[in-house]
Amino acid sequence: MTEEFASKSAAAIDRAKAEGRAALVGYLPAGYPTVQESIEAGIALARNGADLIEIGIPYSDPVMDGPVIQAATTEAISNGFRVANVFDVVAGITAVTDAAVLVMTYWNPVMRMGVDEFSRRLAEAGGAGLITPDLVPDEAREWIEASNKYGLDRVFLVAPSSTPERLDMTVKASRGFVYAVSIMGVTGTRTSVSSSAESVVARAHAAGAERVCVGLGVSNPDHVREIAAYADGVIVGTALVAALRDGGVDAVGQLTKNLSAGLGRAAAEA
Amino acid sequence: MVDAPTAGSEENAADAFLQGGPSLRNASGPYFGNYGGRWMPESLIAALDEVQDTFEKAKADPDFIAQLKDLNKNYSGRPSLLTEAKRFSEHAGGARIFLKREDLNHTGSHKINNVLGQALLAKRMGKTRVIAETGAGQHGVASATAAALLGLECVVYMGAEDCRRQALNVARMQLLGATVVPVTNGSQTLKDAINDALRDWVSNVENTHYLLGTAAGAHPFPAMVRYFHEVIGEEARSQILEQTGKLPDAIAACIGGGSNAIGLFHAFLDDASVKIYGFEAGGEGVDTGRHAAAITLGRPGVLHGARSYLMQDEDGQTIESHSISAGLDYPSVGPEHSYLADIGRVTYEAVTDTEAMDAFSLLCRTEGIIPAIESSHALAGAIKIGKRLTDGKENPSDVTVIVNLSGRGDKDVETAAAWFNMLDEEGHVKGTTLSTRKPKGPAERTSEAAMDVNEDHN
Repeated sequence: MTEEFASKSAAAIDRAKAEGRAALVGYLPAGYPTVQESIEAGIALARNGADLIEIGIPYSDPVMDGPVIQAATTEAISNGFRVANVFDVVAGITAVTDAAVLVMTYWNPVMRMGVDEFSRRLAEAGGAGLITPDLVPDEAREWIEASNKYGLDRVFLVAPSSTPERLDMTVKASRGFVYAVSIMGVTGTRTSVSSSAESVVARAHAAGAERVCVGLGVSNPDHVREIAAYADGVIVGTALVAALRDGGVDAVGQLTKNLSAGLGRAAAEA
Repeated sequence: MVDAPTAGSEENAADAFLQGGPSLRNASGPYFGNYGGRWMPESLIAALDEVQDTFEKAKADPDFIAQLKDLNKNYSGRPSLLTEAKRFSEHAGGARIFLKREDLNHTGSHKINNVLGQALLAKRMGKTRVIAETGAGQHGVASATAAALLGLECVVYMGAEDCRRQALNVARMQLLGATVVPVTNGSQTLKDAINDALRDWVSNVENTHYLLGTAAGAHPFPAMVRYFHEVIGEEARSQILEQTGKLPDAIAACIGGGSNAIGLFHAFLDDASVKIYGFEAGGEGVDTGRHAAAITLGRPGVLHGARSYLMQDEDGQTIESHSISAGLDYPSVGPEHSYLADIGRVTYEAVTDTEAMDAFSLLCRTEGIIPAIESSHALAGAIKIGKRLTDGKENPSDVTVIVNLSGRGDKDVETAAAWFNMLDEEGHVKGTTLSTRKPKGPAERTSEAAMDVNEDHN
């Protein structure tokens, strides 16, 4: 692998691993509540312990999102968010932090801009790659070409319902890390982490995935501690969006600090 | 993933068809030319595979076919009639217009065909719960009906705006034992109801089948929903041959997602002499931006699992559609229609709210049939093509046209009464006891005023 094709997400996860802990991945929507505040919130994530940052593109039909994220992204759109603003957010965060910044997006906005054009601009903004909740590798030929061309990570999702064949195929198509959906459902906080998460991670590892991060329903340090015991990274979304909604950028920083306390392997095994 | 559309490939497909090339029937998906596919979360892929597998096995199982036939005949009342609309035809250049009477099916529309098929599949998969989206309420009512018949739990997602427009259908679903969930996200119409149904499905896929109501969405839905509606065209084709001794010159249907249309079209796709027309909802006019004409004005994109023509802005955000007809108020269209549009086999045109309501009124008064507002778009289109095809013809009655009367208009009476200015300001029908016999007090003055308005009109 040449230098320019080195995976930024993999490097961020490996840095955490070298410190004997899982990586913390924090999600926030671009443009919520404004483009500038979403940059500040992203920086607060990075400065308080997030190793990777997912910046979501607000979209009109977010079928994998629960009410909290839907409300935030709907507000971002009505506040005038434009898809091209996501590159400003990514550039704004990568300019001042070391976090790997990925964009999480439903596929139509990428397709509308043009997959190559979108990829070029994301790479130019310093982005690490894309997480694609409604794009499976079966439909991703164009994205696989563009991500190779621009050296971007391709984070596909695996789920408790994925068959061994699909899991194998998805792991092979992914780069950076594999996103393991902890539960059959949409984004949102839940009281406990599904037991199916651990088995999905184990299956993805067995299929050859070096790095597997777990998302959906993770909202507090206990969840983080539980998942950090078996996964390479822990993804938190809704809880952070709710913190931003209720307490602004400071609340995002505080919650990130609390969550990152759960990351240590030693703590989990104790 | 297939190549981006190119002019070359489209011309080739159209040429091949005109030269008696490969059949356009029985396209199995997942792709229809450059459209279709599975743009879906991984969590749902296994469920889609299960539906596909169950459907393929059922199609090859004589027991399943017999079961479906029996329900179609003895429960829905198939075959539905093909009725010649003689007085209506006078307004269509004298072409002979035949109505495929899906309005006479049990539950009042074509929707029952697909619902019975999918509910049987749900039972085969061992699912105990079905969910559905609905726009006009017809698919919701049909789903609630099939669920009651087969002993399945049923939850129907319906845009809050549509619940208001179609309150009677909400009550019908509830009477049938279904739970209706009003959807308050986004434009509060069909597309948002589909979003919420998908969120439910991904959370409950173990025991739940998503009974998608139109020939759109991820594979296998477009091909499967079409399969269950193919009976419409098969019946119509043999009925028109029996009644007129020849194939029709044209066939027409309204297009929202496009299930009634693809059901009618399928039997005629390989009959090169038959012109095929799909009529989209032009809303307040295609140049007003307030319409639902996805093929006429959209561009390819992905929504709800399929690549197809889509009403979207420069950012790829879905544009909210507008139509007086809740059932056509959808910003995309089934992928097979996008393909048939590109290769030129089917002509898609937009019909405005006004044109549709004029045709609605005309059918009521010339044939004694109250059509669904959705179907009224096809009727308005049939008037246009009737005039076009008979233009300059010595014997206009040589021209025959089949229109899919996909549903009855009982559910639309309130919308129509408002459109035709038949209601007073309290929403009561003018000049009736409902309007005049009001409780004492200020309300009385209001109703008198309403009566005055009514008299002025007369």
